[in-house]
Amino acid sequence: MKVIYKLGSDISTDHIYPGRYMATVLPSETPKFAFDDMQDLNQLLNNGDKSEPRILVADNNFGTGSSREQAVSTLVGHNVIIIAKNFARIFFQNSINLGLRTITCPDIDAEVGDEIELRDNQVINITKNKVFDTIPIPPARMAIVEAGGLIAYTRKLLLN
Amino acid sequence: MLKHRVEGTHKSLFIKITHNKMKQTLVQKILAKAVDRDFVAVGEVVEPRVGLAMSHENAALVINQFKQIYSGLDLPLKVWDPSRIAIIFDHRIPAESKKTATNQKLVREFIKQQGIEKFHDIRGDEGGICHQILPENGYVLPGTVLVGTDSHTTTHGALGAFAFGIGATEMASVWALGKVLNVEVPASIKVIFNGKLQHGVYAKDLILHLIGKLTNQGANFKVLEFCGSAIDSMDTSGRLTLSNMAVEAGATAGIITPDAETVRYLRQVANYQGFIDMVKADEDAEYEQIIEINVSDLQPQVAAPNHVDNVKDIASIEGTPIDQVVIGSCTNGRIDDLREAYEIIKGKKVNKNTRMLVFPASFKIYQEALQLGYLEEFIRAGAVVMNSGCGPCLGIHQGALGDGERAFSTTNRNFKGRMGNPDSEVYLGSPAAAAATAITGVITDPRKFMEEK
Repeated sequence: MKVIYKLGSDISTDHIYPGRYMATVLPSETPKFAFDDMQDLNQLLNNGDKSEPRILVADNNFGTGSSREQAVSTLVGHNVIIIAKNFARIFFQNSINLGLRTITCPDIDAEVGDEIELRDNQVINITKNKVFDTIPIPPARMAIVEAGGLIAYTRKLLLN
Repeated sequence: MLKHRVEGTHKSLFIKITHNKMKQTLVQKILAKAVDRDFVAVGEVVEPRVGLAMSHENAALVINQFKQIYSGLDLPLKVWDPSRIAIIFDHRIPAESKKTATNQKLVREFIKQQGIEKFHDIRGDEGGICHQILPENGYVLPGTVLVGTDSHTTTHGALGAFAFGIGATEMASVWALGKVLNVEVPASIKVIFNGKLQHGVYAKDLILHLIGKLTNQGANFKVLEFCGSAIDSMDTSGRLTLSNMAVEAGATAGIITPDAETVRYLRQVANYQGFIDMVKADEDAEYEQIIEINVSDLQPQVAAPNHVDNVKDIASIEGTPIDQVVIGSCTNGRIDDLREAYEIIKGKKVNKNTRMLVFPASFKIYQEALQLGYLEEFIRAGAVVMNSGCGPCLGIHQGALGDGERAFSTTNRNFKGRMGNPDSEVYLGSPAAAAATAITGVITDPRKFMEEK
C-alpha cells in the first residue's frame, strides 16, 4: 500500500468535509466532496486507483471539530486508511462505527510514495526500512469493529 | 500552573483502571447512576442510560441509519422512548436549498410517526439553536447523560449533565437501545478559576484563555470539570459559554457542579418544576490534572486564525481591519451577550468599512431583545438582525465571507474555511469586543468604549 498524501496537524472536519455540503448526508453521496477545499487531494481521491487501500498520513489531532459523520463516510467511500499520530475523539469513534480504518501511530514517519505494510500493532515503512508501533483500538471499541460496525452491532443486541 | 501534563492524546486510550477508594469525579458519579451502580472506575467501559438524545437537521442521517438497523428485522420501527428525543432545526434555517428543505420535511414526517414531542421547528415562538433551546426549555437536567449529534453538545455540562457529542450512526443506536454503547469512563481535569473578572472581560475570554493554555487537543478523551470562585459567581449564561467551548480543547465534556444558580435557572428561566439531582464529586476524587487560573488579571482574549488555540491578548492584534462582525451562536447569542453588545454600540454607528450581523440564539431571546429595544438599536446603528439559528458560523449560508476577507465573530470555531471560504479568516472574541470592533472597523478592546461611559 502506498502513501498517497501527507497532511499536517489539526486537519478538521471542515477540511475533510466542508460545512457547505452538510445537506448531503447519504454515505453513497458524500465521497465526491472529500477535501473539496484541497482540490489536489480531492482529485487524487476521486480519480486515483481505488483497487487497493490508499494511505493518508497525518500528524496530530486528525478529525478535530464537528461531529458530522459525513467527514468519515466521505473517506469510507474512497478505500483509504488514515495513519495519524492521534485522532480527535468524535472522529475516532465515528470511524469505528462506520468501519473507516484509522491507525494511531504516534511516531509515524512517511512520505508520499512510501510503500507501507500494516501488521498487528505495527506500521512498517518498507521504503524507509523503519518499524513504528501503533496504539491498538481499545478492547471496548474492538467489539464494534469485529461486529462489522455499529449498525451490525446494534442489530445483534436488538435480536438478543 | 499546569500540573503533570500528559503529552498527546493517544495515552488516554490506555487509562489505567483505578479504584481510588471509591472516590469519584462528577462524571463518574453521573455514569454510575446511569448504570444503576454505586461506583464506576475511570477507564472502565459502561453502557449508560440516556436521559436525552438531541439531534438537529442531521436527524435526516440518523433516520437513515436507524432504518438500516431495523432493515430486515422482524421488529417494529420504533424509537426506544419518544419523550427522551429532542430534534431542533437550526443549522440551515430557513432552508437554503431544496435538498435541506426536503431533508427537513422527511424529519418532520418521522417525528410525527414516532410521536416525538420535543421538536422545535422553524418557528418564531419556540425555535432557535439546539444548544439554547435545550437549557431554556428545561430539557437539560443535572446528573443525567445527554448525547447530541453535535460537537457543541458539551454546552449542557453547564447545568451538571454529562453531555457529549456523538455521530449520527451512534445516535441511531441510541434511538434503538436507549443507551450509549462502549463509553469509556473518562478521566477528568479539574480547572479552578479563582478571582473576579475585570469589567470588559467575560466567560468567553476565560474559555479562550484556557484553550490557549491546554491547546486544541489538550483535553482529548477527557472531561473538564470547572470550579472556583469565578464559576460560583458566574450565571448560567456564562457557564453555558464556558462548557460550549470545552470541545475546542478536545474535551469530551465540560461540566459544572449544580448549585443554587443552577436551581435558579432551572426553576425561573427554564420553568422546570421537577426533581433536581444536586450531584457532586467526592472531595478527594482523583483528577488527572488540576489547573488553577487566577482570572483577576485576565485581559480580553482573541483566538486568531486558523486555530481556536491561537489565543492572544486583544492588545496584541488591535487595529486589524475586519470586514464582517458576527454576534450570536450557541456560544454567545444569549440575552446577556446581546446586552453587552448593545451597551457598547448604543448611540454609535457600524463603521462603513465593515458590516455587522446579529443572530440571537433563540426566538425567545430574539423577542426579549426586541422588547428591551436592543434589536432596534442594532438596526439603527447599521447592523443586520437575522433570524435565530446557526447562521454563518458553519459557512453554509447567511453571511459567507469573500476572498481575503476577515471576520470578528463571537462563535466558537475559526478553522480554515469555517465561514464558507477557505480564502478568508475568522477571529473569535466576546460580544463586547465584537461590538467595539464593529464601531471602529478594526479589532478593538471593548474597554475603550466602556471607559467613555
